[in-house]
Amino acid sequence: MSILAAESENPLLPPIGEIIIGLIAFAIVLLVFFKFVAPRFEQVFRARREAIEGGIERAEAMQAEAKASLEQYRAQLAEARTEAAQIRDQARAEGQQILEELRAQAQEESARIVARGEEQLAASRQQVLNELRTHIGTLAVDLAGRVVGESLSDDARRRGTVDRFLDQLDGMATGTTPDGRGGSSVYAAEGNR
Amino acid sequence: MTSSAHALGTVLAVESGGGDGFQAPGLGEFYPETVAEFSLLGVDFAITRITIILWIATALMLAFVIAAVRKPQIVPGKLQFIGESGYSLVRDGIARDVVGPRGIPFAPFLAALFFFILANNFMAIVPFAQISPMSKFAFPLVLAGICWVLYIYIGIREQGAGKYFKDILFLPGVPKPMYILVTPIEILQNFVVRPFTLAVRLFANMFAGHMLLVVFSLGAVYLFGRDNFSIVFGPVSALMAIVMTFFELLVIFLQAYVFTVLMGTYLNGSIEAEH
Repeated sequence: MSILAAESENPLLPPIGEIIIGLIAFAIVLLVFFKFVAPRFEQVFRARREAIEGGIERAEAMQAEAKASLEQYRAQLAEARTEAAQIRDQARAEGQQILEELRAQAQEESARIVARGEEQLAASRQQVLNELRTHIGTLAVDLAGRVVGESLSDDARRRGTVDRFLDQLDGMATGTTPDGRGGSSVYAAEGNR
Repeated sequence: MTSSAHALGTVLAVESGGGDGFQAPGLGEFYPETVAEFSLLGVDFAITRITIILWIATALMLAFVIAAVRKPQIVPGKLQFIGESGYSLVRDGIARDVVGPRGIPFAPFLAALFFFILANNFMAIVPFAQISPMSKFAFPLVLAGICWVLYIYIGIREQGAGKYFKDILFLPGVPKPMYILVTPIEILQNFVVRPFTLAVRLFANMFAGHMLLVVFSLGAVYLFGRDNFSIVFGPVSALMAIVMTFFELLVIFLQAYVFTVLMGTYLNGSIEAEH
């Protein structure tokens, strides 16, 4: 095709061969784009979107988890607090009870000790009283015998005299006459002498 | 020998001869010598310099895109980032925003269209190639023809043949008497004007761009060999050639984008029932 011949050609009427060449070239481009380029780009876009959304999701999940563990921790704390309070109350009640028991026991013990003491006291008093009564009787009789200087061996008389004297002594004790008691103590002192 | 070189030879011959003045480059620019010629199934194939440029541009573009997506990463490398930016421009800017919510499946087609035109247009300012295959009408025509078939097919598939053609013939919402005027315009618009303008717009831009560059370049060469005022006009012509090269860069991108966006609007019209 010479250049001068080309001058007469109409540029808007292309030869068929050129059109076919263009078709083939564009078909190859289309094929590559549809089969290779576009799917890969879409894959990248999708992966990127997922990476972003996945990151957000992960962050949300973590936040939820943190929140849940905080709740759990708080619940546990409250539980522990109530438990501690319960234990404290119980201990206090138990302490009170123990104290009451001890007090009651101590009171009982002291009452018992006091009662026994009183009993013993009464028994020894009685014993002393009895002993004194016989001693005083013999002493008084001896004394009286010595004073009189003669035998008052008549039992009946002697017994009557002694009993009378003792009754007198008893009456002095109950009547609380300071002179009578003083007289008896004088008797005793003289007897001991 | 390229056609431009042939024109350059003519200019230099004129210079030495000194007779006829400046021989402006003509249509011959777009009909370079045939490198190889063969006939297959009754069709004549003439392999010229421009055909080879088309192959090289297409192959380089494919190599670049394949390299960009060979190992796709969530955090892209430089090459992947460039490829992704181009693909996203078409996918999000045209397929999603112009074609509509159901436009994403068309993203590969639109991206192929955009990258193919861009790569071939770019050859207009690549040194030693310096002519876009898109300034040969055959190639834009092929693309426009494919687009034409596609948007009509999609219209029939999405809306049904009856509704699609009825809506084009009798535009809804137009008073009945107006159909006398509107119907022929719509038929012409949808089935003739659209593909024709799509092809011619791209072709004419690249054609004119190449002519401008050649005229200014050869003019500069011619004027540098003359006397008188040529000392002033020669550099001006050379400067204009450089300025026009940058202008061409803008046109290269713009025409690729405009072609794709217009195809996007046609697809949008086919997918969505109302115009």
